[in-house]
Amino acid sequence: MTGESVAADAVAELTDLAVWFPTPAGVVHAVDGVSLTVRRGETLGLVGESGSGKSTTGLALLRLVEPTAGTVQVAGQDVTRWSRRRLRRLRRHVAMVFQDPQASLDPRHTVGASIAEPLAVHRLAASGAARRDRVAELLDLVGLRRDLAERHPHELSGGQRQRVGIARALAGEPDLIVLDEPIASLDLSVQAQIMNLLRGLQRELGLTYLFIAHDLAAVEHMSDQVAVMYLGRIVESGNPAQIWREPAHPYTAALLSAVPVADPPMQRSRQRIILAGDVPSPIDPPTGCRFRTRCPQARPDCAQTDPVLVEIGSGHQAACLFAGEAVRAMRAQPVNASSP
Amino acid sequence: MSGNGDSTSRRALVALGRDPLAVTGGVVLVLLVVAGLAGSWLAPAGINEVDVDRMLQPPSWAHPFGTDELGRDVLSRVLVAARVSLQVGAVSVGIALLAGVTLGLFAGYYQGWLDNVLMRCMDVLFAFPVLLLAVAIVAVLGPGLSTAMVAIGVVYTPIFARVTRAGVLSVREQVFVRAAVATGASDLRIMRRHVLPNIAAPLIVQTSLSLAFAILSEAALSFLGLGVQPPEPAWGRMLYDGRGFVTDAWWLGFFPGAAIFLTVLAFNLVGDALRDVLDPRQLTVSEARRNAG
Repeated sequence: MTGESVAADAVAELTDLAVWFPTPAGVVHAVDGVSLTVRRGETLGLVGESGSGKSTTGLALLRLVEPTAGTVQVAGQDVTRWSRRRLRRLRRHVAMVFQDPQASLDPRHTVGASIAEPLAVHRLAASGAARRDRVAELLDLVGLRRDLAERHPHELSGGQRQRVGIARALAGEPDLIVLDEPIASLDLSVQAQIMNLLRGLQRELGLTYLFIAHDLAAVEHMSDQVAVMYLGRIVESGNPAQIWREPAHPYTAALLSAVPVADPPMQRSRQRIILAGDVPSPIDPPTGCRFRTRCPQARPDCAQTDPVLVEIGSGHQAACLFAGEAVRAMRAQPVNASSP
Repeated sequence: MSGNGDSTSRRALVALGRDPLAVTGGVVLVLLVVAGLAGSWLAPAGINEVDVDRMLQPPSWAHPFGTDELGRDVLSRVLVAARVSLQVGAVSVGIALLAGVTLGLFAGYYQGWLDNVLMRCMDVLFAFPVLLLAVAIVAVLGPGLSTAMVAIGVVYTPIFARVTRAGVLSVREQVFVRAAVATGASDLRIMRRHVLPNIAAPLIVQTSLSLAFAILSEAALSFLGLGVQPPEPAWGRMLYDGRGFVTDAWWLGFFPGAAIFLTVLAFNLVGDALRDVLDPRQLTVSEARRNAG
């Protein structure tokens, strides 16, 4: 951790990752050429609609799905070809928090047993007493009473269950925690508590997060970097200020316009960009730019050329032939300029 | 870690206690176990006490179940034979449970070619009528109590393999299994700690039902002379020996037959009740009814 180069403090790095699933209907290109870097102590927010490949990307970091092409690096080691046995060690270094805390906890295990699972698997506690102490410590960390260790998941509230999921992820002291929509299935009032908990833990323990979400608002306050995914590709990345203030890709602009603003006059005067149609099938993605079928600013060139991510500002990248320009044109047009 | 118990199993026990049929079955099973454990002490006479002066006597106060063609007390023999039935049930179902669950776990968890090979083998075993297969195995291994138990165990293995595999297929898709994989848990650990406990309910039901069929199969094998060898008493064997006297001494066949009938009925009653109680959907329906009422 010399901080001399970017690569030195990278906890995890994906290079040209592709994950394809063969199905009877054809090959699903869930992830199709994604490169990203998660730096130590930072949060990378990964945003996209369902089907954009964001969760698959997260699973690939733990090698829970098999990469079709590209490489996965964790803590400087290329784990792309690791055997099943070695992968089990990798999974101590990368932990995961799942979207649905109810489904991700074994209903037959007590809270304590669930939290202690990484300790047992990686033999991190010398004795039963040491394990119980560590579980108590983890319960303290996530703000749960110690006596909940004896309870079963169905006796807990949704927020408490997600705290258990977080405690389990923390147990092995991982280098990276993949948060797969950790608040999406929680009540609105609980979402803020869990977000605050995650932020507090990061400050206290210096954690590194890959935060997967389907809307920009969820990741804005937490992320040091944001990457927006569409149909298996990253279409724009940068820091939250760049993404928020000057989105360069029409898709990012559309996502942003869907976020409500807590200022009624401003909300009324805002230009909403409403996208036409559905996300195309990942079995047969459009030629050229994948977003062109829904892009209000699509031009003939877009069907010909597949845009790559290009630097348009310091650390700000977009994959659009008309980056910046298209968004300005969209915002200048009257509402509902989305008809093709 | 399961210190104060799983509330599901506690609720299941309470629900069982409310079911009169299950309680009846349970009482019969308790009596059977008592007879099996203490049959020789409870028996009013020795099982091989031959008395030519008391041949083929009908039921009386001295001999409630009558006596057989050698003057032996039928009640004593029926009581002592309970041990054989229990032993056959426990050992053969134990064999089937161990083998079937292991095969079903691996087939369902790893799927692919292993699943195909294992389950096609099970299908082959399944294709034969139960008794025919058991007779064939005993014919190869030679008659006797222990080979009968092995044969019955083999015959009932495919059922357990199928029930287990079906459960594994649904449980392994659950998020908590993926979460366990994500923590780095080994396959064996996941099967033992996460998959097995979550498919326990159908296995418990299958076990209680199979116990009934195993006891019935043993009776059939003994009836055919392939199970317990005389002079040791077994219900099936007694039925066979009594068949020649059906018109003159009905009690020779009736009481062992009734013992088989009651035992099988009891296991079935308890098994059915367990199935109702342990099925989560059933539980919510009955709870919904209770809440509505």
